[in-house]
Amino acid sequence: MRFISKIIIALMVAGALSSGVALAAGGKTKPVEHYHWSFSGINGKYDQDALQRGFQVYREVCAACHSVDFIAFRHLGDKGGPYYLDECPEGAPDTLNCSNPNDNPLVKALAAEYEVEDGPDDSGDMFMRTGLPSDTIPGPYANEQQAAAANGGAIPPDLSLITKARKYGPDYLHSLLKGYTDPPETVELDPGTYYNPYYKGDMATLLKPEFVDDQGKPLEGVEVPYGGVLKMKAPLVDGIVDYVDDSVPETVEQYSKDVTTFLTWTAEPKMEARKTMGKISLLYLLIMAVIVYLSYKQIWSRIDH
Amino acid sequence: MSHESTYVPGTAIERWLDRRLPIIRLGYDSFGDFPTPKNLNYWYTFGGILTVCLMIQIVTGIILTMHYTPHVDYAFASVEHIMRDVNYGHIMRYAHANGASMFFIAVYLHMFRGLYYGSYKEPREVLWIIGVIIFVLMMATAFMGYVLPWGQMSFWGATVITSLFSAVPVFGDALTTLLWGGYSVDNPTLNRFFALHYLLPFLIAGAVILHIWALHVPGNANPTGIEVKSSKDTVPFHPYYTVKDGFAIIVFLIMFAVFLFFMPNALGHPDNYIPANPLVTPEHIVPEWYFLPFYAMLRAITFDVLFISSKLGGVIVMFASILLLLFLPWLDRSKVRSHRYRPVARGFFFLFVFDCLFLGWLGAQVAEQPYILLSQLATAYYFAYFLIILPLLAVLETPKELPKSISDDVLSRSQKKQAKASSPTPVAQPAE
Repeated sequence: MRFISKIIIALMVAGALSSGVALAAGGKTKPVEHYHWSFSGINGKYDQDALQRGFQVYREVCAACHSVDFIAFRHLGDKGGPYYLDECPEGAPDTLNCSNPNDNPLVKALAAEYEVEDGPDDSGDMFMRTGLPSDTIPGPYANEQQAAAANGGAIPPDLSLITKARKYGPDYLHSLLKGYTDPPETVELDPGTYYNPYYKGDMATLLKPEFVDDQGKPLEGVEVPYGGVLKMKAPLVDGIVDYVDDSVPETVEQYSKDVTTFLTWTAEPKMEARKTMGKISLLYLLIMAVIVYLSYKQIWSRIDH
Repeated sequence: MSHESTYVPGTAIERWLDRRLPIIRLGYDSFGDFPTPKNLNYWYTFGGILTVCLMIQIVTGIILTMHYTPHVDYAFASVEHIMRDVNYGHIMRYAHANGASMFFIAVYLHMFRGLYYGSYKEPREVLWIIGVIIFVLMMATAFMGYVLPWGQMSFWGATVITSLFSAVPVFGDALTTLLWGGYSVDNPTLNRFFALHYLLPFLIAGAVILHIWALHVPGNANPTGIEVKSSKDTVPFHPYYTVKDGFAIIVFLIMFAVFLFFMPNALGHPDNYIPANPLVTPEHIVPEWYFLPFYAMLRAITFDVLFISSKLGGVIVMFASILLLLFLPWLDRSKVRSHRYRPVARGFFFLFVFDCLFLGWLGAQVAEQPYILLSQLATAYYFAYFLIILPLLAVLETPKELPKSISDDVLSRSQKKQAKASSPTPVAQPAE
């Protein structure tokens, strides 16, 4: 047994050492900063004001290049969504049920601000019409080729699922959006690319010639900076979006938080319903567990064991 | 069934049915009155838990099928449609995805329990072999299921694993083309994987029935590893084990619910929320966690052996690691079943469990040193455990004395427990 436990310890040490080796390899990104979001934890909920502001940031900034293909206008009025209404605003007819997104006046008005392509009509032509709650939010580009051509060859990813498609999604997105800095002195960037310490890449390939040896390896004492370069320049600057509520600061930090909340909602719109159901299920299971355990004790007390 | 039927049809309709189709008798003899050793601990509850897992997967799976579209252009979007627009679709889909992980947690614990207590030994070899077949079917089903959402990991996982078959000599390319239904992973691949993903669970269900049948002929093994000798050793399955299994199932469901409702994506890979793109390879292609130990063994073979290329070698090692289990009843010839009474084998067993976990960790690392070397060492131990250690220990090891009977063992244990409880302060021991 002692021999075996020695082997186990040796293997554990080897494992610990090897994970250190992996970290030393190139292409590191700066570890994301972790935040406590309104939606974290088992009681987490989306802050509806933040969702509305986040949608505004998406619409006025991100939507210039990024789509949210899986989101229809009606989703914005779903329970837990940015424009969900419990009750109709005053003056609406009594028969209207505004908790139904298709009848939600905010959602209808919002959809009507967009023009969408429909058709073909009876003569076989496509035509433009005013948006309806059932339409998905139109994206900025007609197709991927157009998207690539407009962005120096990089296709801006759809944002519907972005916070689930990255490790520590919301923390990553927030870190990235406010993480843009000037590139370190040691690197030379291609025109039309921007440095971000949270973006994955390999900065070793971008070191200036005076910092690398003949084989292109960094010289001794030269640190390879964190992160990578991307073709999206820092999208948020202070004051770029005008919030209705004057008490909310118009800063990159606030914009980034709000749009992250919105994009977490687009990725996981049913989160609140799921967590509520989870709490009820757990309560039920725990009560059942106690009852069944007591039955077990009682039934087994009948026999010698 | 091995024991005499004790079913007495109580009502006229039962008597009528019993003479035509004795299905109530079958149910009663199998799950009602079935004599079961009275010393089964919680490690023996995973059979019941696994049955529940299979039922959850089949029910959620059939519901998901009603809304899913197996086509490369629509699969990803149809999964999102389920998540967003189908009533309770998000719960169904998360239950199915996390249910697969729960299924594997339970099956691995079930298998380790079988290994520890020697449940595979005579006369339960067929029971064990059917279990291994179920495990292989489960792995095939899970692998094909993971491809269906058609995310990046779905696509690239499918590409990596199906390409392995091209290493088979002579037929390799033909086999791969057959699997793909073409010359790359594409729509025909998705379609056939979907068809098979729907079919295999029913084969599993059939194999499970055989598994239970093969269990009920010799009867349950038990932690002492000695056979049932008298009726004092057993209790009827119902209510004693229905209630114990029931409790274990609820505890298991609590763990399941924590994942399902509060961290449904913790066991998945973020890249699978990016739609499949054959032109962009993910940085690290990793399978689901439950395949990682086998993936590590696949990648451990980085050298050619004679005419066997490293790729083929890896494939052989990976499949051999599973198929080897089929021969376990004849590799471990020790007369003593339970590792409780095998002090040396017990140490090697725990090292083996650690080895499997370690291989799982290695499977998630990048394919470079020192992980390759560590994977090779861990793979070597995996095979050595079955091919060298267990056969040798059968001869070399002196087992501890076995209890006289199951009920003897149960009573002496409960007496010990009571003695401990009645004297809470331990008697001071003289220094050695």
